[in-house]
Amino acid sequence: MTPSFGRCAALTAAAALALGGCSVVGGDPEPTAGGTVTLVTHDSFALSDGLLDQFTAETGWEVELVAPGDGGALVNQLILTQDSPLGDAVFGIDTTFASRAVDAGVLAQYTSPAAVDGFETLGGYLTAVDQGDVCLNVDLEWFADADLPVPEGFEDLLEPGYADLTVVTSPVSSSPGLAFLLATVAHFEDGWQDYWRGLLGNGAKVADGWSDAYYVDFSGSEGAGPRPIVLSYSSSPAAEVGEDGVARTANVAATCFRQVEYAGVIAGAENPDGAEALVDFLLSEEVQADIPGSMYMYPVTDVALPEEWAQHAPLTEDPLTLDPATIAEKRGSWQEEWVALLEER
Amino acid sequence: MTTTAAPPEVAAPRVVRRQASRLHLGALGLGVAALVPLAFLAVFFAWPVGTLIARGFVTDGALDLSGFAEVFARPRTQRIIGQTLLQATLGTTAAVLLGVPGAYVLYRVSFPGQRVVRALVTVPFVLPTVVVGVAFRSLLAEGGPLGFLGLDGTLAAIVLALVFFNYSVVVRTVGGMWARLDPRATEAAATLGASPARAFLTVTLPALTPAIASAASVVFLFCATAFGVVLILGGQRFGTIETEIWVQTTQFLDLRAAAVLSIAQLVVVAAALWVAGRARSARERALQLRAAHTAPLRLRRDAVPAAVTGVVVLVLLVAPLANLAVRSFHTPAGWSLDNYRNLATTGGTNALTVTVWEALANSLRIAVDATVLAVVLGVLVAVVVSRRPRSPGARRAIAGLDAVFMLPLGVSAVTVGFGFLITLNRPPLDLRSSLVLIPIAQAIVALPLVVRTVMPVLRAIDPRQREAAATLGAGPLRVFATIDGPHLVRALGLAVGFAFAISLGEFGATAFLARPDRPTLPVVIFRLIGRPGAENLGMALAACVILAVLTAVVMSLAERLRIDRTGEW
Repeated sequence: MTPSFGRCAALTAAAALALGGCSVVGGDPEPTAGGTVTLVTHDSFALSDGLLDQFTAETGWEVELVAPGDGGALVNQLILTQDSPLGDAVFGIDTTFASRAVDAGVLAQYTSPAAVDGFETLGGYLTAVDQGDVCLNVDLEWFADADLPVPEGFEDLLEPGYADLTVVTSPVSSSPGLAFLLATVAHFEDGWQDYWRGLLGNGAKVADGWSDAYYVDFSGSEGAGPRPIVLSYSSSPAAEVGEDGVARTANVAATCFRQVEYAGVIAGAENPDGAEALVDFLLSEEVQADIPGSMYMYPVTDVALPEEWAQHAPLTEDPLTLDPATIAEKRGSWQEEWVALLEER
Repeated sequence: MTTTAAPPEVAAPRVVRRQASRLHLGALGLGVAALVPLAFLAVFFAWPVGTLIARGFVTDGALDLSGFAEVFARPRTQRIIGQTLLQATLGTTAAVLLGVPGAYVLYRVSFPGQRVVRALVTVPFVLPTVVVGVAFRSLLAEGGPLGFLGLDGTLAAIVLALVFFNYSVVVRTVGGMWARLDPRATEAAATLGASPARAFLTVTLPALTPAIASAASVVFLFCATAFGVVLILGGQRFGTIETEIWVQTTQFLDLRAAAVLSIAQLVVVAAALWVAGRARSARERALQLRAAHTAPLRLRRDAVPAAVTGVVVLVLLVAPLANLAVRSFHTPAGWSLDNYRNLATTGGTNALTVTVWEALANSLRIAVDATVLAVVLGVLVAVVVSRRPRSPGARRAIAGLDAVFMLPLGVSAVTVGFGFLITLNRPPLDLRSSLVLIPIAQAIVALPLVVRTVMPVLRAIDPRQREAAATLGAGPLRVFATIDGPHLVRALGLAVGFAFAISLGEFGATAFLARPDRPTLPVVIFRLIGRPGAENLGMALAACVILAVLTAVVMSLAERLRIDRTGEW
């Protein structure tokens, strides 16, 4: 019995420790007297330390974050919880899902007075907060060594010289993958399926997600895989600048598809005033300047870009775009046709 | 007890009556013990999942089951169900064929360092799938160390990864039984002239069959519901029911299709559980067991199993993990500890909101809560399920209870996560944004494993011991404390270890519930690996190594606490 007793004592001690403080329950800070405003966002949301405290100092509202998944899941979750909203404000609805959110009625009519001209508001429901491009990225060193010209557009990838060099991601399971599918639709219109047949026929690989494609298949980053052309973001080359200040990768401007991320006030919000203030705050100079560093996106206002971004990863001047309403209407069938196209192989 | 002076014929009815009332008391206690975990499961699992699935079958307020016909008629659905069954069958077959020699080498014989190897084979079982997917793919991809095999993106790669995850389930379940088989039967066969192969086939294998069947059905369950690893290694071409539920729910919001697929998955899972239950009861009836028996490993006699196990452990388990570990020391400037130093930061250009160490602290705190919950509830379930009442109705009720607590293993994390959102949204249970949901969800995942670890130990207690104690006048609580208690304490060590390790590695449900300002370690790893830049990848790999080492340490401590090897995992 003695060993059991010892063990029993140890377990009791562990249980006591557990219940007595090193547990997560009750570890939440108490909300401040001014009340809270809940921001529903996607799992990539991040801002530098202290920025949200600044919002609290300015308005008296404490920000609570809820991030129940990635960008696509976000809108679907808002729709599912319509009769009992997840929070007050939402950030992270992107071009591809914006129309669905507005049509489903999950947003209250509000556009920030600080909204930047030239961006969609989808009928006064959304405010553009940041933007970015999804583009093919190339490994510059690889092309220099192979003595092959860097591809300049979609059509180059069908050339025999570029066989087996490309890796993209699935438009069903990855949001850059969906953006790339939309880019081919925007560029080729009705011919997008033929383009994809040619692309897959020329040995392009479809990875499941971005990390997988970028770190396993792509040759230009840490993973040092075999393929020098990868689907990534216009900002990625800024992260591949070596100690010598030279970027190892670049994006192919003609393939860039513009994505805008929006914020809005959720219909039925408990704290609509706080939500509106928070949407306005996302357009403040401090937050806009912080966006490249913390979320890898570009500001919508004209605050200065970080040095590395300005030099190696500027936003594309003339990106491909599609009307959000068309995307909302056709996205599902395009994805299904794409899957069918993959399966016919 | 009764006074010795009383004549027996007078005393007997009184004793019987008193015993009967004690039995009622005992039954009442068991009822309460069953109700608490059942209520927990009803609120935090059945209600959310049921509500979401029900939404798929309700159109304009009326029940509409036409979804079944429509979804099953799609060629894609048929292909996906076929693919799920194929993958699960291949994964299970491979895990069993490779796991049985492993069970022999790691449990029936002994060799120096065996404890370390046992802990090592358990690590994959609790590693997050993102990590495993990247570790596997970077080995198998063109240009990787094993790229020449051409396995990248093939069905074979998925099957290997399924074996990677589930090898330990077979090894532990079958090994635990094998160690306790009476060796005299095999020795007798050998004396009578049977070759070792023949003795194995005619004596040992039949004795092990129930354990193998039990392990196989559980592995089948895990393989049929595998998610992340299938997506990463196979992409869209090898979609399974589980990945399709995710796509239909999060991407298309086609709740009807998702609901139909969820039901299909539950049918597959229930079938696997039914087979498991049959196999288990056969095993418990049939065998005469004895205390664990091991003989030293002898290379000549044990050449074949030792070679198979060596290759599996080195190539399938160690190579991906070692690849991960080696790469975690690689930085653009050469080999260094920088990736580990960076764990105290928030990543290259602030990829994270907290440092990796803070995320680890969150994970540990959550794991403590999840472990307490899972172990308390799991022990209650095990105490009830381990009883063998005489009435067939009560037996069936207990078997049903046992299966009910296994069901969470067969339901997609997406369904649970979305279900939480639409049910736990009103006071008194407005928990959607509460951190409490994370340990609760993890406890539901760990619960079946806790039950499976504790229950066989309690079942091994001879019911006559309890009856004897009761006859001697002990109340139900006293019987429980003196008869079950010591056995329970022994099994608890391993149960605690499993619950803790599972909570540490859980990603599927946590990803839906974690708040961005309080992420767990797997969530942080996922975020780091989703950002460009050598620094972020390096940190992700270093964080994976920390998670793997932590898991291995927890599991080997738990193994140490374990005396009896009757558990199934």
